[in-house]
Amino acid sequence: MVLVLMDQSKASMETLTLARKFGRPQHSVRMDAIIPFAPDAVAAILALVADDLDASAIFAAGTERGNDVMARLAARTGQPFAANCVDAEPGSPVSVTRLRWGGSLLESALLHSPRPLITVAPNTLSVEAEPAPIEVDAKPFIAHLEETDLAVRVSDHVDTTGGGVSLAEAKVVVSGGRGVGSKEGFAIIEELAGLLGGAVGCSRVVTSAGWRPHSDQVGQTGTKIAPDLYIACGISGATQHMAGCKGAKRILAINADAEAPIMLNADYAVVGDLKEIVPAISAELRKSR
Amino acid sequence: MRVLVCVKRVPFTGGKMVLAADSMSLETKHLGFTISPHEECGVEEAVRLIEANGGESVVLTLGPPEAVEQLRDAMALGIDRAIHLQTEGAEWDPEATAAAIVDAIRADEAASGPFDLIFFGNESADSGGFQVGLRVAGALGRPAVTGLKGVRLDGASVRCEQEVDGGRDVYVLLMPAVLGVKEGLNLPRYPSVPGRMRAGRKPVAVSTPSRPAARLELVLLVVPPGQGRRAEVLGNGAAAAPAVVEMMRKIGVA
Amino acid sequence: MSNLPAHARAVVIGCGIVGNSVAYHLCRLGWREVVLIDKGPLPNPGGSTGHASNFIYLVDHSKEMTALTVESVNQYKEMGVFTQSGGIEVARTKERMQELSRRMSSAASWGIEPVSLISPAEVKDLVPFINETILLGGFYTPGVGVVDSLRAGTIMRERAQASGALQVVAKTEVVALDVERGHVRCVRTTTGEIETDTVVITCGVWSPRLARMAGTRIPLTPAVHQMIDVGPVPRFSGAKGDIEVPIVRDMDTNMYERQAGGDLEIGSYAHRPILYDPEDIPPIERAALSPTEFPFTQPDFELQMQHALELVPEIVGDERVGVKYAINGILSLTPDGMPVLGESPDVGGLWSAAAVWVKEGPGTGKALAEWMVHGSSEIDLHSSDIARFHEHQRTRAHVRARAAEGFNKTYGIVHPSEQWASNRNVRLAPFHERERELGAAFFEAAGWERPMWYESNASLLEEFGDRLTHRTAEWESRWWSPIINAEHLAMRERAGLFDLSAFTIFDIKGPGALPAVQRVTLRQMDVPTGRNVYTPVLSHNGGFKSDLTIMRLGDDHFRVVTGGASGMSDKKWFSDHLPADGSAQLFDLTSGMATLGLWGPRARDILMSATDDDVSSEGFKFGTCRTIDVGTVRVLASRISYVGDLGWELYVSIDQGLRLWDMLWEAGKPFGLAACGIGVYGTTGRLEKSYRAHGNELETEYNVVEAGMQAPRVKSEDFVGKEAHLRHREEAPATILCTLTVDDHTSKSGEKRYMLGREPVLTRDGHAITDRRGRRSYVTSAGAGPSVGKHILMSYLPPEHAVLGNGLAVQYMGERYPITAAVVGATPLFDPENIRIRS
Repeated sequence: MVLVLMDQSKASMETLTLARKFGRPQHSVRMDAIIPFAPDAVAAILALVADDLDASAIFAAGTERGNDVMARLAARTGQPFAANCVDAEPGSPVSVTRLRWGGSLLESALLHSPRPLITVAPNTLSVEAEPAPIEVDAKPFIAHLEETDLAVRVSDHVDTTGGGVSLAEAKVVVSGGRGVGSKEGFAIIEELAGLLGGAVGCSRVVTSAGWRPHSDQVGQTGTKIAPDLYIACGISGATQHMAGCKGAKRILAINADAEAPIMLNADYAVVGDLKEIVPAISAELRKSR
Repeated sequence: MRVLVCVKRVPFTGGKMVLAADSMSLETKHLGFTISPHEECGVEEAVRLIEANGGESVVLTLGPPEAVEQLRDAMALGIDRAIHLQTEGAEWDPEATAAAIVDAIRADEAASGPFDLIFFGNESADSGGFQVGLRVAGALGRPAVTGLKGVRLDGASVRCEQEVDGGRDVYVLLMPAVLGVKEGLNLPRYPSVPGRMRAGRKPVAVSTPSRPAARLELVLLVVPPGQGRRAEVLGNGAAAAPAVVEMMRKIGVA
Repeated sequence: MSNLPAHARAVVIGCGIVGNSVAYHLCRLGWREVVLIDKGPLPNPGGSTGHASNFIYLVDHSKEMTALTVESVNQYKEMGVFTQSGGIEVARTKERMQELSRRMSSAASWGIEPVSLISPAEVKDLVPFINETILLGGFYTPGVGVVDSLRAGTIMRERAQASGALQVVAKTEVVALDVERGHVRCVRTTTGEIETDTVVITCGVWSPRLARMAGTRIPLTPAVHQMIDVGPVPRFSGAKGDIEVPIVRDMDTNMYERQAGGDLEIGSYAHRPILYDPEDIPPIERAALSPTEFPFTQPDFELQMQHALELVPEIVGDERVGVKYAINGILSLTPDGMPVLGESPDVGGLWSAAAVWVKEGPGTGKALAEWMVHGSSEIDLHSSDIARFHEHQRTRAHVRARAAEGFNKTYGIVHPSEQWASNRNVRLAPFHERERELGAAFFEAAGWERPMWYESNASLLEEFGDRLTHRTAEWESRWWSPIINAEHLAMRERAGLFDLSAFTIFDIKGPGALPAVQRVTLRQMDVPTGRNVYTPVLSHNGGFKSDLTIMRLGDDHFRVVTGGASGMSDKKWFSDHLPADGSAQLFDLTSGMATLGLWGPRARDILMSATDDDVSSEGFKFGTCRTIDVGTVRVLASRISYVGDLGWELYVSIDQGLRLWDMLWEAGKPFGLAACGIGVYGTTGRLEKSYRAHGNELETEYNVVEAGMQAPRVKSEDFVGKEAHLRHREEAPATILCTLTVDDHTSKSGEKRYMLGREPVLTRDGHAITDRRGRRSYVTSAGAGPSVGKHILMSYLPPEHAVLGNGLAVQYMGERYPITAAVVGATPLFDPENIRIRS
């Protein structure tokens, strides 16, 4: 019996796909079993359910919350935990393949545990159609929660979304790097993003220099994006950056250096001065409307 | 107040990941070392809290002897002293790392009193285990939140803002607490020269915990495929604009 | 993507400041089908040019380096990439203030103006954020500035491309250099190959790797120069340009501080030498920054932070000013601190322009291009010649030892006679043990340990008493002893035995030997067997390439004897001019032969008592050579003298050298023979005779007529430089080599001071003297003349000043001393009729 922590995301579907390798029937606990969200409580419920159903393994999506709850579960039960796996083979020990460096590197590892705890890295598996898992009713278990399990819970929500397109969800992201040269240099990036109905992104160098807010940063420690087209302007393509944009379906690199590392990860390239190329693309788009 | 920030020495990677001959680590011959951007924000936040409220800030790392460089870097930014859990260089799994840190925290707190806040980076830059801070919090029985982009003291509590889709969830924790922070929490300062000079004189307490067997055991590192493909060059300079727009149409974004 | 041409007139490898400059100047001088190639992207392929601090100080004690720098600045200015900022070299110590007064002298000698010594308050006026209270003064050069070296490279590249003569190929790595029959033939790259018979390696720190591809060496080592950038500096917040405040060199701490826009850049040459091998430099994609920007090693910078804080506390001590950027920048160091220029002595057509810094880049590129196209350059490059290195000097161990030792002297106070401490005792004469027993003070020449004087001769000090000068000033006493002058007098009165084993000796043999040596010598070489001939060797422009002695040992056999310093480049010069048909060959005998000099009025008595051969005045005339028996030792004796006394150079195979020394020593005892050091041979004896020395009086920038060395007739045979020489004989010389004596040594403090050379020669009222070709008059050589009782200087003087008895002045350590022209031309001060050497 395999237990899965589920939410509404596509990542949860990917998780089910991998979890199926570890057996059926699958049971699921909902991430929103407790409202407002209280991560220790969710972890506690998972632990109780797993014991109750004698789960052989527990899976969750490698989202912020998935990893958070699973780590709490691991701490609480004294078991090892493998985050952000892209593959796993049952056995004793379990073999897993997981992401390092935000996905720039893969790790083969062995998980020595009677009840493996695994999260599945989003956007790494193709989802297979399958029957929905059996949803466990959390209510009986909530009664068993300790007060401390509820000490950490969401008490408020601040809406920070502006009027623009969300970077994480945009279909097109136009990003600028060191090559843009200045805060003012982003005018042409904004223009192109506007024409494409996309969002503006940037590299870490840019936020460190104070040219753009950190919320615009695409990267391992910034926002991870998954647009249909990612346009990287004047970005060399350090691993820290590529970790944030590898979810993009296609990457167009605009760079003065045809040998920049980003060229090894891009689908399309235009070589030259972005200060000439980006406005020319905008002009071409306008012309054709 | 007393604040602890935990950091990890990681290589400052270039454009390409290259593995060491045994495929168990990165080839770092040409690389410098740093800490994760998340942890840089943790250090900055700790320094700011002590600047504003007084008290003591401590930085802790578990790593090889050379990791003292990262401790000095943190102290150059204003952290008061350091705890170095020295290893022989081989990687420790998250469970073992957390256990050693818990022991060190208990020892330090026994001598100097409890840490009101303990900062961790949301996840390490290299192994990305997403768990050491929460394991430490669990062992110490302290409340913990991760993914933080906002931290504010409010009497005996700390108000934490966690980044979620569409905004930020707010948690209010009673201190002592453990916080997993993310880049964007603040804009870390550069070290001043006087800060660097002071860092050399600040104390570093070294101990050498022994490494238990890993239960998440690294077998092999692999550079994923994809690196090494070559982009289709659509053209050079502004003249490439029509080809770019044609490509955009083909994939349906323009 | 590659469109490499199949053939090229020349392939220049490396697109830093040097490669761009060489390529540009080659095209400017008329070469076409030149290819410039780099493995990195343009405009910054990732070498040292890309992280250079890019500032240029003009004054160096080396004339050659100053000339290259001045020429470079002129080019940078012409390209519009030079921003003048001024620069101040500040002193924290008295020793440094003295050094700065030496810089004033060098500036005057090389014609760098304006320069001035300024007070701490004046330093403060120019650099308001400096802590002048720790300073004693500064050496201010308003002409110092900062360049955009990447832009300069691009401009030069584009100009050459526009002329259609240059093709640029970036992101293409050279993987092999094919050499056939000792000559480069083909450059193989990652994208194809180019046939060519001329390759220029301008790859900076990678150069040794490229040289090895061709089976030879470029002796340099990559080394770390630490640099940090701090900011934002509140004082610079309104900065409009890159630099508005003079650059400060904190000489005593081996550091510099310069404004860089809103930040301050602090660099250091003070840390421990950190050397690498070219293989340690990562490929571009594996470097976090650029391949030549290594991770900063903070522990090496601890003391430097303290020093920077002392000097610029307002900025460095400001807690709001952060260290934004810190690197271990990689640059090139050579064993002697000079660049590596010219054609490889091992591989024909393979040229090097390596270990060249931004400040001298374009000037070096021009000079090298002239050398490649015309056969010699306008600026004398002998100190930078790749052919200068002896075999041991090209080893990794030697390069690293000397580079490490030299690194911390980047801003050091280096005495002109300063000796290296590392990698000594490499080449030892067979008499070395005897010399050591006599208390020799060993100085190094070409790796040989040569006695400069012998402590055991201290007893002579009493004998010659007040005929000796005693130096009280520490600077002139350093690397010197009054014993030198005592040995000199012992030689002049009795006899001296000299170790001359540092000579470079090679034979030219074969049916084509005579025309081969005729081709490179000014003097007539078709002399009877058994004659020796002292001859200048000219460059194409009629200047001095070298001067040396050639003995004719047979119809088809000539033996060349030259100094250790120029020996290897002389050897290359002779090799290059050997007939293509192989009818003459060069054989290097240097490491097989030891040489002793025996000179003085009793030299004949001594030699006579040691040999049965006829060494009488009639039986062994001056200017002749032949083999004699000294006991069981066969010795090639050559009657010649560089010290102006009767005697011989005695050449012996190394294995029997010690025996020869012992026999002469025994034979000399009754005659009062003294062991004499090179101090007598190279300085006192030579200067009393006004004998010229290569690298001092003799450089390619001066011609035979100016040096006063023209013969009544010019030989009919053709030789290198003949055309120019004939022209020089028709012209009135622009300057004339003179010998001067110092009239009064007394400084303002009352201490007697003694010039060491390279000081400016001025009019009595302190005006610089410049000849009509723009060359300043300066002291080419200086030293004691114990027999004439004067301190002797040599200097080129324009005709209006080259007048016997003309009163002039020399500037030394900030003061002027009266001097008088004692000889105009070649007539010596001592024994002007040359009676002694002919006796």
